[in-house]
Amino acid sequence: MEERIYLDHAAAMPVHPGVARFCRQFPDGFAGNPSTIYREGLQAQEAVATARERVAALVGTSAPDSIIFTSGATESNNIAIRGAALRNRKFGKRVVASATEHISVLNPAKDIQKGGFALTLAPVDRFGTIDLDALAAAVTPGTVITSIHHANNEIGTIQPIREVSAIVHEQGGLLHVDATDAAGRIPIDVERDGIDLLTLSGNQLGGPDGVGALYIRPGVRVQPVLVGGGQERGLRPGTENVFAIACMGEAARLAGEEMAGESKRLAAIRDRLIAGITGIEEAYLTGHPEERLPHHASFRFSRIEGESIQLAMDMLGIAVATGSACTSRTLEASHVLLAIGLAHAEAHGSMVATLGRRNNMDEVPRIVGAVGETVKRLRAITPL
Amino acid sequence: MADQIGYSQKVMEHFMNPHNVGVIENPDGYGKVGNPVCGDIMEIFIKVKDDVIEDIRFRTFGCGSAIATSSMVTDMARGKTLEEALKITRDDVATELEGLPPKKMHCSNLAADALHAAIEDYREKQKKE
Repeated sequence: MEERIYLDHAAAMPVHPGVARFCRQFPDGFAGNPSTIYREGLQAQEAVATARERVAALVGTSAPDSIIFTSGATESNNIAIRGAALRNRKFGKRVVASATEHISVLNPAKDIQKGGFALTLAPVDRFGTIDLDALAAAVTPGTVITSIHHANNEIGTIQPIREVSAIVHEQGGLLHVDATDAAGRIPIDVERDGIDLLTLSGNQLGGPDGVGALYIRPGVRVQPVLVGGGQERGLRPGTENVFAIACMGEAARLAGEEMAGESKRLAAIRDRLIAGITGIEEAYLTGHPEERLPHHASFRFSRIEGESIQLAMDMLGIAVATGSACTSRTLEASHVLLAIGLAHAEAHGSMVATLGRRNNMDEVPRIVGAVGETVKRLRAITPL
Repeated sequence: MADQIGYSQKVMEHFMNPHNVGVIENPDGYGKVGNPVCGDIMEIFIKVKDDVIEDIRFRTFGCGSAIATSSMVTDMARGKTLEEALKITRDDVATELEGLPPKKMHCSNLAADALHAAIEDYREKQKKE
């Protein structure tokens, strides 16, 4: 039996071995509640404070208090969109988001329309890059918050955040950036890039599931989504998930330390993978050819369907993702692939490979071979 | 089991090694159906002799369950009279496949519809002759 090859790191990542080593130092977790003043409580408090500093350092802020911990990227995105829009509604009631945002940004943005907010979706070009002219037109003087992800999870395209920031701030509104897929893979600097709110996922940094963070620029007002005790500056009440937060902190530290080397290594594998797979007949890269995440390779294949590609690859020992309608909960085609201008049938045949630290160059021939075999087999069945 | 998304062993067998794949030149009946829900497309060709489905082939653009249900429905219809074949329902196909995830039941609909469309096409042609 050949070893499995895991290529769906955008969906879930194995915990970084260095993080696992760190976590094992606390086999019983943390006994104390960080809100208490006896020794156990202070130890827990210190663990959370250290994690906060490490996450802050990863995103380029010298203000650790600007980081709040959440249950993950979905919660961070909800607090950012709902919390900032509702708190600052006097500024204006328009929200702008790119058409290719993650569903955990799009859904809260759509949901607050019930509260009288208007939503504008800003278009992207065929590579998935935000159309800056269209964005400038969409961001009106009353646009309270604009949400543009740093990079897309389905097509890997990296957005020109600094240019976006200039457009948003010219009108005086806030910029939220979902950096779930970008953090730890490309440098992020909230100061230099002009970001007001930034979403991070613990798992996507190599940490455990069920923990995330939100950066909130000092001075930016946000109202809570959950109310309860006053933890996390009142924005994320409830006793802190100390163990997971500490492990996320270590993941952030390691991600910062290893990013340059690891991203370079993965980009080389990615490029070899893209060269091999786009050599297959009627196989095309989706997303931007250059401005893309170092670990991200995404494709579409004419006349075949993505879920069957995924299943066939699984049988060959390789885990990949697809944006096919057949695998979504709603059976709808990927909004990202439709937004870059693909027809429904084209969006049907997508395959996404996202690399991680266990992948290596030696795996490339087997992956390319398996994709070739799968495509050939499924094309022999297709009526198109 | 509303959350089940994985496939049965039987579905995977038919997906990996589908039966009756291909086309029949000058078929006696031909049915092609598209799924408005997910975009899958399925076509079935039949050869009929003395009211019995003598040969049957399919081609499918779609997910694992669309391919598996095509394979299964063609297996089930082969050798049956047209009357018997028309009685094959989506539930029969799903049952033979040892179940389908709830979200995928519409795929078995497509397979039964394609079969029925091929039989209808055959009957229309007979009327004209």
